Amino acid sequence: MFRFVLRRLLQMVLAFFGTTLIVYALMFAGQGDPIQALAGERPVTPAQRAYLTEKFHLDRTGIGGFFYRYLDYLKNLLQGDLGQSLTGRSIGDILAAAWPVTVKLAVIAMAVTILFGVTAGVLAGIRRASLFDNATLVLTLLVLGIPTIVLAPLAQYLLGVRWPIFPPTAGADPDLWALLLPGIVLGSLSLATALRLTRTSVAENLRADYVRTARSKGLVRRRIIGVHVLRNSLIPVITFLGVELGNLMSGAIITEGVFNIPGVGFNLFRGIRTEDGPLVVGIVSVLVVVYLVANLVVDVLYAVLDPRIRYE
Amino acid sequence: MSDFETVAATEDQSARRGVSGEPGTPDRVGVPQKPRSLAGDAWRELRRKPVFWISLVLVVLVAAMAAVPSLFTANDPRDCVLSRQHAGASGGAIFGYDFQGCDTYARAVYGARASLLVGALSALLTGIIALVVGMVAGYFGRWVDAVLSRVIDIVLGIPLLLAAIVLLKRVSTSSDTVRLFAVIFVLAVLGWTTAARVVRSSVITAKEQDYVAAARMLGAGNGRIMWRHILPNALAPAIVVLTIALGSFIAAEATLSFLGIGLKAPTISWGIEIDAGRVHMRESATPLVVPSAFLALTVLAFIMLGDAIRDAFDPKLR
Repeated sequence: MFRFVLRRLLQMVLAFFGTTLIVYALMFAGQGDPIQALAGERPVTPAQRAYLTEKFHLDRTGIGGFFYRYLDYLKNLLQGDLGQSLTGRSIGDILAAAWPVTVKLAVIAMAVTILFGVTAGVLAGIRRASLFDNATLVLTLLVLGIPTIVLAPLAQYLLGVRWPIFPPTAGADPDLWALLLPGIVLGSLSLATALRLTRTSVAENLRADYVRTARSKGLVRRRIIGVHVLRNSLIPVITFLGVELGNLMSGAIITEGVFNIPGVGFNLFRGIRTEDGPLVVGIVSVLVVVYLVANLVVDVLYAVLDPRIRYE
Repeated sequence: MSDFETVAATEDQSARRGVSGEPGTPDRVGVPQKPRSLAGDAWRELRRKPVFWISLVLVVLVAAMAAVPSLFTANDPRDCVLSRQHAGASGGAIFGYDFQGCDTYARAVYGARASLLVGALSALLTGIIALVVGMVAGYFGRWVDAVLSRVIDIVLGIPLLLAAIVLLKRVSTSSDTVRLFAVIFVLAVLGWTTAARVVRSSVITAKEQDYVAAARMLGAGNGRIMWRHILPNALAPAIVVLTIALGSFIAAEATLSFLGIGLKAPTISWGIEIDAGRVHMRESATPLVVPSAFLALTVLAFIMLGDAIRDAFDPKLR
């Protein structure tokens, strides 16, 4: 167990340096004018130029200068100092205001996933090849095949504008009701995946030897499924849900952008739209770290739940 | 997970062969025609599936649209007149006009080219990277495999959308062609891992087969064994994965263009059209719905096609 965690931790450290180096190198290396590249097509005022030169130590040159700047960026990142956006707001403040909203949205999406996805998956797995099973297979294929950029605006149009059941956009300080539709849209993809995963896992475990043993012992069906099968089948599902929680935190760019939810993804969306380089790079760096940590936690959780993984 | 499936599928296949004898041996009494290959079995299975035919027709249709868009519409997608903003259907414009007064249907038809070009070329590039990495890792094993597998793990750990945002920010001011190839390159560089794992696992199974040992005894070198004996076996599962990947690459391209970091106007792309239609959905929803439907159907067609082929090649499901 200890060796597994250690190895996994080393992998994560490697991935952390790898991704941050890529993020950083792409920002600055080989650019004619890195400051202009950060700002995209917008003109840069002398004040911004002076700030960015000082902030990123652009007066130093060469390979040594690059690594000096990279280490400086890492130090700032680890200390939580993300600098300022081109509009002069502290990126740390922007993120602090945005996190609670994103977390709320992710929790709703996760609740939808567990409530409908896992339940329907267990039912479909038990009644394999039934009408219900086939219907869920077709429906999940549809959901998996339709990209979010289609699903989110269409849901907004149909359920928010055409038949105004839900508020079409969330606004500055969204309540739970306003976040419900975006949460469902955001959760639909993980719902479909979780459903398929649960279904396969349950159907596979139902054919296992221990189920036959339990049945020949005379256990009732409810106990076999409720205790023996579920406990074994939900291990991969829990892992998936853990990874998904990390994804939902970082992957809500489209949904938050479409529904105007002032979360992390929305700020990234706006940063891209307004060509605000420091804001984009700052948010992406933080999100990459969140993603890596979520993956690590899930892998360790997996090893705790399933002893077979540890001795790989 | 998918590499386990492939290993299991190939094992099943060899187990079946073990019971009924090598293919070609005459112990299949009562079967007059020559023994069917796995591909032959799969083809017979596929022919009976409506899903396969529907998705194939859709794929062919979109491909034709990408190649010769003028076959599907006589209107010029760039002929926009503001005075017919959100006007209803007339002439060739069966879905009316959008906010800028352009023909909604014509723009959706012409959008197929960029999407399919990006999808197909990234899938091709992905296939090349995956075949090379998967073959080398699977065939040589040992430390080569260990190193390449770790590389795969790390690339798999990078969130696609976030990395694409950072990578594509660099070319945000470049020309259209540069941006198109940047999108293709970025999708391939971030998306080859799943296919590489599949290739690796089928190579590992293939290299243990008797015919590889026989070829080696006859004096064939590593290059010849990999090219002539192992590659054909690793190709089929890889193509299935790549068909599904092609669908998701098209979706990814549309997403990036939607966000404003992929392709940009004047290139016509479904992602850009959806974004433009979304803003004015209160006035008219058709400019949003039409490109959305085109995109969703195309992505679905590729995913269903890949799904159907994979099911047909998987003897466990019969």
